[in-house]
Amino acid sequence: MSVQKADVVIVGGGLMGSATAFFLRRRGQSVILLERDQIGQYASGVNFGNVRRQGRFLGQLALANRSWELWKRLPELIDDDLEFIPSGHMRVCYREDEVAELEAYAAAPEAAQLDLKIYRGAELHRRFGFLGPDVKGGSYAPHDGHANPRLAAPAFARAAIRLGAQIEERTEVAEVQKVGADFHVTTTDGRQFQAAQLLITAGAWGQKLSAQFGEPVPLDTHGPQMAVTEPVPYALPTVIGVYTKIPEEVIYFRQIPRGNIVIGGGYRSKPDMLNRRAYVEPRSIINQINQMRRLLPGVGNLNIIRVWSGIEGYLPDSLPVMGPSGTVDGLFYAFGFCGHGFQLGPGVGDVMAELLGTGSTSTPIESFSITRFALPAEQRSQAS
Amino acid sequence: MATARVVIVGAGPAGVRCAETLLAAGIKPILIDENRRDGGQIYRRQPQGFTRDYTTLYGSEAAKARDLHESFDRLRGAIDYRPDTLVWNLTPGQLCCASQGRHSTVDYDALILCTGATDRLMPIEGWQLAGTYSLGGAQIALKNQAVSIGHRVVFMGSGPLLYLVASQYVKAGAEVAAVLDTSPLSLRLKALPKLLARPGLLFTGIKLLAQLYRARVAVHLGIKPLQVMGDAANGVGGVRFTAGNGRTVTVQADAVALGYHLRPETQLGDLAGCTMAFDQASSQWWLATDDAGRTSVKGVYAAGDGSKIRGADAAEHAGRLVALALLEDLQQPVDAGLRDEQQQALAVMDQFRLGLAQAFPWPSEQAKALPDSAIVCRCEMISAGELRRTVNEKGACEVNRAKAFSRVGMGRCQGRYCSQAGAEVIAAEAGVPVQEVGRQRGQAPVKPLSMLTEEVSS
Repeated sequence: MSVQKADVVIVGGGLMGSATAFFLRRRGQSVILLERDQIGQYASGVNFGNVRRQGRFLGQLALANRSWELWKRLPELIDDDLEFIPSGHMRVCYREDEVAELEAYAAAPEAAQLDLKIYRGAELHRRFGFLGPDVKGGSYAPHDGHANPRLAAPAFARAAIRLGAQIEERTEVAEVQKVGADFHVTTTDGRQFQAAQLLITAGAWGQKLSAQFGEPVPLDTHGPQMAVTEPVPYALPTVIGVYTKIPEEVIYFRQIPRGNIVIGGGYRSKPDMLNRRAYVEPRSIINQINQMRRLLPGVGNLNIIRVWSGIEGYLPDSLPVMGPSGTVDGLFYAFGFCGHGFQLGPGVGDVMAELLGTGSTSTPIESFSITRFALPAEQRSQAS
Repeated sequence: MATARVVIVGAGPAGVRCAETLLAAGIKPILIDENRRDGGQIYRRQPQGFTRDYTTLYGSEAAKARDLHESFDRLRGAIDYRPDTLVWNLTPGQLCCASQGRHSTVDYDALILCTGATDRLMPIEGWQLAGTYSLGGAQIALKNQAVSIGHRVVFMGSGPLLYLVASQYVKAGAEVAAVLDTSPLSLRLKALPKLLARPGLLFTGIKLLAQLYRARVAVHLGIKPLQVMGDAANGVGGVRFTAGNGRTVTVQADAVALGYHLRPETQLGDLAGCTMAFDQASSQWWLATDDAGRTSVKGVYAAGDGSKIRGADAAEHAGRLVALALLEDLQQPVDAGLRDEQQQALAVMDQFRLGLAQAFPWPSEQAKALPDSAIVCRCEMISAGELRRTVNEKGACEVNRAKAFSRVGMGRCQGRYCSQAGAEVIAAEAGVPVQEVGRQRGQAPVKPLSMLTEEVSS
């Protein structure tokens, strides 16, 4: 069987892989993307759909800002509508000391572009009259918003294909080897692919591949818990999320113009990694119903019509693995986005394409380097 | 395991006979039912205070209805009966229930799904107009509340329910404008050998037809539905169709009832991880079970139309048989004679079922002919054209993928009423047999869950 060659082989067709394939093609690089199942199936297609910058690790805002610039250009950029609405994002809290934390975040120089405004007391309840009386304050981000995650990765993949990328769905990688200057990728159906650069964007499965190159990371998997109500007249354009340190209080919602209210947060489930299925825990939905009534008392009149989950990769410091390998030339990673990768997607694609194409990027991503998990040299040699 | 916690979901013919058989063997099941009263859909009991007699309510099936209700009334005090309770989700060994705004869980060692069936629908241009009902919905309005869906009603579709409901409307004094059957007479004649497996039932069917002719109801066979006419302000105004002779005919009406036989309510089995099988004869997916009702998941059983569409009589036999299978699995003594009796009866009904499928086929070709402007998903108001574009432009040749892109099946009904037709539209557009485009995965909640639901300790 003939070997297929390209400048870059990408393993994993979520939003990160699809967006990188798209931006690589815009830079004229040839690219083959291998996806074991379907594009955007596990985390990229099932998340809440937050296009939110506020609340992120401050060192990630430069990347988030770069991504936001791309979100704004999206319909033209990829010739597809991801239902992105920059309708504002409100981060609310139930305690005064938390309001102070929101204020400190808003005052940080890194957050300047977000134009955050703190609301509290009567002003808050005048501006957001639908919020429950427990809400003490909030941070309003006028430029953040939301989009439809089901459409995002497939749309980037189609745009990449239109620009000449080769995307292979239902193609599972069996083995990856570095032979001389090239990576040799063999799939379970016996096909072979070769490239001088390899990008791992395999989400919750990313560490399986990084470990093969002597770079294991302590990645954990979780199933997000999502629910949606029946449609009601469109009245809540602002995305609302609760800022709290109590896990069961974490709840966020957005209403789409069609009228349904999408809800996420609370307990997470443990995905079945063998069968690649994640389930919604019933207690999680009951908790969401309780928390939603506290946050948005009027919601009690509605029904939940559907719930879903997915498979997301998490790292202990809640930061992704993104950037070049610490051990192997030509190897790059972008996975483990800890449940907050959706907004970053276009930016990650743009940055990774820049990094692969030029060897560096103008956006700071050092904090996300895989080398932060590197074992000391003597342990590494024992492991391999 | 004499103390096995056995839960039956559904108090229709299958569930009641199952509970009765288990109780006779000394097992006291929990019987959970979504309805306020027992009987299921077919033998639905009228609300308290209504006084119509059995013949008025159930016609030719009055004796069976009375027998099932009386059986249940004898059982009721001896089992743990929980009416008005929706099982909205499950995890291995535990059901999630909602009843009158309260949530609770019920643990089980064995689960018997007797969840019944709902109407099987094929879209038609204009079917989103107010005044369009399913055949089953039209029947329930009459059976439960003695209400007709309109002043002048058209019944359209195919299958035994078409004639049953139309004749019930005639008998109740409603004006039936026409009965329009997509199946031609020739198919019925071809199916006769199989239908003769149950001559009594065949005769009942012929009598229903005779009643309609006697009442001078226009009955057309071999028609092609074209459009439910009307407008958003006034709802249904009539029905347009191509008659068997090729002519276009219009019938004035203010309500129309549609349906093509039934589809099983498989969501709980699906959520439990039970394997599904594609039934070639009826061209739809249902729970894969052995002859006695064991699903692929240990401890989960299914009986009645919720597992395999064979009708109410078969459901009673399947309910008894599945109880015996469970007893056998619990190493309890089983009455072999009773088991053989159920199996023999079911073999005859299987034969009849194949005859019905041949005589009144699911009109998959209609999906292909559906104009782009016709609505496929009424909850989300998605047209056939939009669905076809997800196949052509976005490459979604699998139903869950097409759902993610188009929203067909994402609404209040969770695909109950559109997913089969949606699959046909996708298959026709992709040029593959319908079983190759898959089936919509079940997602909780099985029915909408009120956000006023409060947790109670179980």
